[in-house]
Amino acid sequence: MSEILNDETKKVLIEPLVDNNPITLQVLGICSALAVTSQMSTSLIMALALTLVTACSSAAISAIRNHIPGSIRIIVQMTIIASLVIVVDQILKAFAYEISKQLSVFVGLIITNCIVMGRAEGYAMKNPPLASFMDGIGNGLGYSLILITVSFIRESLGSGKLLGIEVFKLTKDGGWYDPNGLMLLPPSAFFIIGLIIWAVRQWKPKQAEAADFKILSIAHGEGGHH
Amino acid sequence: MPKCEQFNKICAKLDSCEHYQKFRVYWDKVLAMGNDSLEKTIAIATALCLVCAVLVSFSAVALKPLQVHNKELDMKKNILDVAGLLQEGSDIDKAFAEKIEAKIVNLETGDYVEDMNPAEYDQRKAAKDPALSAAIPKEKDIAHIRVKAKYAKVFLVKEAGALKSVILPVHGYGLWSTLYGFLSLDPDGQTVQSINFYDQAETPGLGGEVVNPNWRALWKGKKVYAETEQAGSEKGLIEAAEIGEPALSLIKGVVDNSKPGSQYQVDGLAGASLTSTGVTNLVRYWMSKEGFAPYIAKVRAVKGVKS
Repeated sequence: MSEILNDETKKVLIEPLVDNNPITLQVLGICSALAVTSQMSTSLIMALALTLVTACSSAAISAIRNHIPGSIRIIVQMTIIASLVIVVDQILKAFAYEISKQLSVFVGLIITNCIVMGRAEGYAMKNPPLASFMDGIGNGLGYSLILITVSFIRESLGSGKLLGIEVFKLTKDGGWYDPNGLMLLPPSAFFIIGLIIWAVRQWKPKQAEAADFKILSIAHGEGGHH
Repeated sequence: MPKCEQFNKICAKLDSCEHYQKFRVYWDKVLAMGNDSLEKTIAIATALCLVCAVLVSFSAVALKPLQVHNKELDMKKNILDVAGLLQEGSDIDKAFAEKIEAKIVNLETGDYVEDMNPAEYDQRKAAKDPALSAAIPKEKDIAHIRVKAKYAKVFLVKEAGALKSVILPVHGYGLWSTLYGFLSLDPDGQTVQSINFYDQAETPGLGGEVVNPNWRALWKGKKVYAETEQAGSEKGLIEAAEIGEPALSLIKGVVDNSKPGSQYQVDGLAGASLTSTGVTNLVRYWMSKEGFAPYIAKVRAVKGVKS
């Protein structure tokens, strides 16, 4: 029994990192991945907050999963998630004021983060609390991995800093590095995430989806008129 | 363990309570119902809302004192910072109490208001209170703030009895957000010492660079009010000002300090024209007759020695 649990735990913890990553494979949670990744410190806190919320909400939803009426299923999930997010927001404002100022609305927006809802609906509703908790942690870590990678690229190339500490001396401060302003704007995260998805799918071709439509060659297309 | 005993006592009391017993019986009945029955749906929804409401209100109430303290500390830190008195690792509360004096100013007349307690007055709250605020006519509202409080909370720094700096609260709209900040001036009401923004949500790295210490350092020694004709230069984002009017503005690119009029110009923020325009507008608004000009005139008249 314990071995089965261990295998399951391991699976839900490790799979979301690369094989079933919420951002690169499921393409969930993109909105916040664009918004908070211009600095590493905000990404780290956001990743931590999201991991905690996903894990705790999954566990709580899983604990009452047998009693959730089907007709108000989503509302029940949302209520639990929203309450947890408010608690996290309050804690941040009390203990990490500077960071909470920078994250501003994005902590509140965890409520609408598709990953949290996705795991609640897709996993926690069918599995026991501990496994759901681990699944939440795993998916949170998968999200964190991408967030940290993206923010690493964006902060270093965009402002020559990492975690607020200077790594490239900027030209405006008399150094050599001319920062790339695009990296500070949300669209750059789109490009970076796109490149990461491409790289992961090259590495693991199984993740590439079958095309919905095949582009016919012109010869074929004409043939099709018969 | 006395705590455990107490807990057991409460449990025993609950168990003996008739209503609680009824509740338990009812709750067991509800849980045994089919998940899709109407009664269970309503019971579960009610119970869940109660639990969540308790959780949320508990965290909000329990953490409130810490949050309020954080906010105050942050404000004090910013005031000390703009006054150039902030030292790493020093006790902010103590430094603030020793060096900074808060005063309430009537914006219309420019006089100090002595019958209000500065410690209790919150200018941002007052701006939302119809009794304490006034709407700004649209054509004068260059900072896009719509209403302003009638009274402003200013901060004075004194050294050996003599006024060293006047710190004015300013705010206005940038690109995404209202920027709240402090502008500190020499007692002449003309020379800028420093500026900082403690609350803003401009694009990090572009407009958000209003908090960059290197950029803020460019403000030191700049002049607010136009003294001669050539004040507004051709490169300004905003047209020239008349003599005696606020002329300070952010320009596109880098200020050429050898040019006349450069004392009224600060480098614009690269890639953030709208935030730069917003900053120019809010400084000009608050330094105009609508803002602190009457007060500044009185500060000058008494040469900053009035207590």
